[in-house]
Amino acid sequence: MSHAPAKASSETRKQLFRVWRGDKTAGTFKDYTATVTPGMVVLDVIHQIQAEQANDLACRWNCKAGKCGSCSAEINGKPRLMCMTRMDELPTDMPVVVEPMKAFPLIKDLVTDVSWNYDVKKKIKPFKPRKPDAPDGTWRMDQADVDRVQEFRKCIECFLCQDVCHVLRDHHKHEEFIGPRFLVYTAALEMHPLDTEDRLADLRKSQGLGYCNITKCCTKVCPEHITITDNAIIPLKERVVDEYFDPVTKLFKMFKKKT
Amino acid sequence: MADFQTHEHDVIVIGAGGAGLRAAIEASAAGVSVGLICKSLLGKAHTVMAEGGMAAALAHNDERDSWKTHFADTMRGGQYLNNWRMAELHAKEAPDRARELEAWGAVFDRTKDGRINQRNFGGHRYPRLAHVGDRTGLEMIRTLQDHSVHRGMTIYMETTVTQIIKDGPNGRVIGAVGYDRPTGTLHYWKAKAIVLATGGIGKAYKITSNSWEYSGDGHAMAYNAGADLMDMEFVQFHPTGMVWPPSVRGILVTEGVRGEGGVLRNSQGKRFMFDDIPDNYKPSTADSEEEGWRYVLGDKSARRPPELLTRDHVARCINREVKAGRGSPHGGVFLDIAWIKTKLANGEEHIKKKLPSMYHQFITLAGVDITKEPMEVGPTTHYVMGGVKVDGDTQMSTVPGLFAAGEVAAGLHGANRLGGNSLSDLIVFGKRAGEYAAKFAKENGPIKTDQAAVDAALKQTLAPLDRSGGENPYQVQYALQDMMQDLVGIVRREDEMAKALDGLAQLKARAAKASASASREYNPGWHTAIDLANLLTVSEAITRSAIERKESRGAQFREDFPNKSEEFGTFNHVVRKGPDGQMQVIRQPLTPLRDDLKQVIEENKNV
Ligand SMILES: Cc1cc2nc3c(=O)[nH]c(=O)nc-3n(C[C@H](O)[C@H](O)[C@H](O)COP(=O)(O)OP(=O)(O)OC[C@H]3O[C@@H](n4cnc5c(N)ncnc54)[C@H](O)[C@@H]3O)c2cc1C
Ligand code: SF4
Ligand code: SF4
Ligand code: FES
Repeated sequence: MSHAPAKASSETRKQLFRVWRGDKTAGTFKDYTATVTPGMVVLDVIHQIQAEQANDLACRWNCKAGKCGSCSAEINGKPRLMCMTRMDELPTDMPVVVEPMKAFPLIKDLVTDVSWNYDVKKKIKPFKPRKPDAPDGTWRMDQADVDRVQEFRKCIECFLCQDVCHVLRDHHKHEEFIGPRFLVYTAALEMHPLDTEDRLADLRKSQGLGYCNITKCCTKVCPEHITITDNAIIPLKERVVDEYFDPVTKLFKMFKKKT
Repeated sequence: MADFQTHEHDVIVIGAGGAGLRAAIEASAAGVSVGLICKSLLGKAHTVMAEGGMAAALAHNDERDSWKTHFADTMRGGQYLNNWRMAELHAKEAPDRARELEAWGAVFDRTKDGRINQRNFGGHRYPRLAHVGDRTGLEMIRTLQDHSVHRGMTIYMETTVTQIIKDGPNGRVIGAVGYDRPTGTLHYWKAKAIVLATGGIGKAYKITSNSWEYSGDGHAMAYNAGADLMDMEFVQFHPTGMVWPPSVRGILVTEGVRGEGGVLRNSQGKRFMFDDIPDNYKPSTADSEEEGWRYVLGDKSARRPPELLTRDHVARCINREVKAGRGSPHGGVFLDIAWIKTKLANGEEHIKKKLPSMYHQFITLAGVDITKEPMEVGPTTHYVMGGVKVDGDTQMSTVPGLFAAGEVAAGLHGANRLGGNSLSDLIVFGKRAGEYAAKFAKENGPIKTDQAAVDAALKQTLAPLDRSGGENPYQVQYALQDMMQDLVGIVRREDEMAKALDGLAQLKARAAKASASASREYNPGWHTAIDLANLLTVSEAITRSAIERKESRGAQFREDFPNKSEEFGTFNHVVRKGPDGQMQVIRQPLTPLRDDLKQVIEENKNV
């Protein structure tokens, strides 16, 4: 039985890295030669460069195990977590290119200003539970009824889906569209068995649900494998349609308003 | 004089993990103004990495559980050096704090009758850990984070506090200084009370499950402010960290793997944990593989498999197997969960459902499919039981107005922490710290700024940038980590630790000269140079306390004193900055245990 990582070469080798260096005002790619040993991930190389060649190279990280969502970057053009990208899955015959996320303003090197995401979340109506089910103030929920919500709650807030979504990345609709991360967040609240709040009006009016044209790019980059489009966004779209455009619902709402 | 921005709050909370967030929520609820400061982005603190679960005697999976058994388990795990008042409050209040998370939107795994599901963990008599697969910490931090942002506090993200300011050597706290990472701007927070919730010290060691944040800042800042630290010799080495490939060495493999039936084997395929069961755990430990498996399945007449003995013990057994040449190819032992497929028809799905992030972590980082092959694991530096000495009820340190909660505080866990007792610690004592800090702020009126002290602290913060041509701070940090790993690690000896003290003095001199290149904007070299001073302080506290404890107990294993000594079971070690600036280690006798609690321990001896 072999315990060596799949595809791992057993040798130490040199690899050229091309890393974005710069801040708000100016920047350029800089080349570094790294020493790569078996099993290394891109974040290890960035740390090596930082410790040996460029003490001031800025990057974010915490867990080094795909759990915190800090180390998001674009590696050879793809939005990924640096700590979960193995060196032995990248081509060796060309430089490994590491750049910051593009959908957010640059702070320095690989670090971007993601504060917009925190502002967006604050505007989404918080969790509002129904009255407790039991006299001791607790609730009952079946596992089957929370499975879907648990899928959404796996989100590590890496914002890679925000980075890849063309509505934000290319069209800069940050004022009008909350992006896939917060559609997942809203879906988690809306589908929470205990929640009683209504967020559909906001989704339609101020949060730009309509901007999403279901390209599924977000789902493809999600490191937590959350089925963002199929499980979160499409059901939200359906709910909005049912609520606002379905004639029966509309009639019912009018009726309710009058009484 | 350096330029800086001034902010004013009644209470500042330093740290936004579970403890800090819970404290900030509570202080806000008490109607005071709160500033919450953290080194990383919100939601990225260590708490997010916690996997296995949160201990609370909800008694959902076994109605025999109660706060009393939880209390007794915690005291036994801590080898009776615990602050028993904290152990009592923790066991009593954890269930309410867990239910409160549910009311704030947390979605725990469910029992068949729709309540919060609980799993087995080392040292806990009954299934006690509320969990969400193996990402419980994420659930906790996200719930608290999402709750807190609607509570009107001011949040300072990516901002590091470097020093606490008092109104004179014996005075109360009046604020703190620090810098923000993106721009390098200096800050001064005026505050009537401060809650430290800065977490641990794992970056003092080379092999660790901890991130760059764990440089012992809170420990060092409290010590420098004149507060007592306690139990610093007790550093938890978690038995199961990854050992291969080298770049992931130390990353945690949750104890939940063993809770779900994972077993430890040596290179001969033997379940070596059956060979060495400590006497005080014999009555509650299975004596056959068959009984152990029945326990995993929830058979109430069965006793725990020996893989679920306390962490200190399991870590030492693994160490022994490796040293005896019965280890795995890369210097660990085998942890096998795949074997449960021989017992469960849907074993593979069960593993993926209960341990999804372990599956993901191993397949991606090590190329190992844990549903098919065993993992290679070995001890990793994980947690520090020692920390700021606090009052059990209020969490106030020996410095008026300075509170501490979570991993940075000492007391609850004694000589060894039980798995799952940290997440519950955070919310029980985070809440208390927030409550009492707010009360202190209300009762202890206005403060004035000590400008000279602020200026001196800011100057010190900038020092690595003002120096040039000094050593690379990363290299000094690596040297420290190597040395602590080798000389003050899992197996300790007087002569080696004496060598470590000499080494620390030399490293201090090197650190004082370490320099960072000139830019203040997001400059990790500068940040590392500042963190180094804290790491050196906590390393010295660990080493000095470990030398003085001439016995083996809990997480401290002394090769030269391999047995427990009755005498050493009567006091904690307190570390204090002496009048001459030298570090002192003082024996602090234990407070006699209350009679009713004595009774509780007695009643639970043999269950
Ligand atoms: C991989 C892993 C798995 C674990 N699994 C479990 C488990 O299953 N069950 C369990 O009970 N425990 C577990 N633990 C332990 C537990 O997660 C931690 O002990 C706990 O989360 C610590 O919480 P805290 O609130 O004290 O600190 P943290 O969550 O670490 O937060 C510390 C905060 O302080 C901030 N900070 C630090 N220094 C400064 C400074 N100078 N200035 C400003 N801010 C600062 C940080 O930025 C951070 O926000 C695990 C730990 C790890 C590493
Ligand atoms: S599916 Fe929608 S949210 Fe996702 S990337 Fe495409 S447009 Fe954006
Ligand atoms: S949904 Fe996925 S990609 Fe988007 S922030 Fe969450 S974890 Fe990252
Ligand atoms: S460092 Fe946490 S996800 Fe990469």
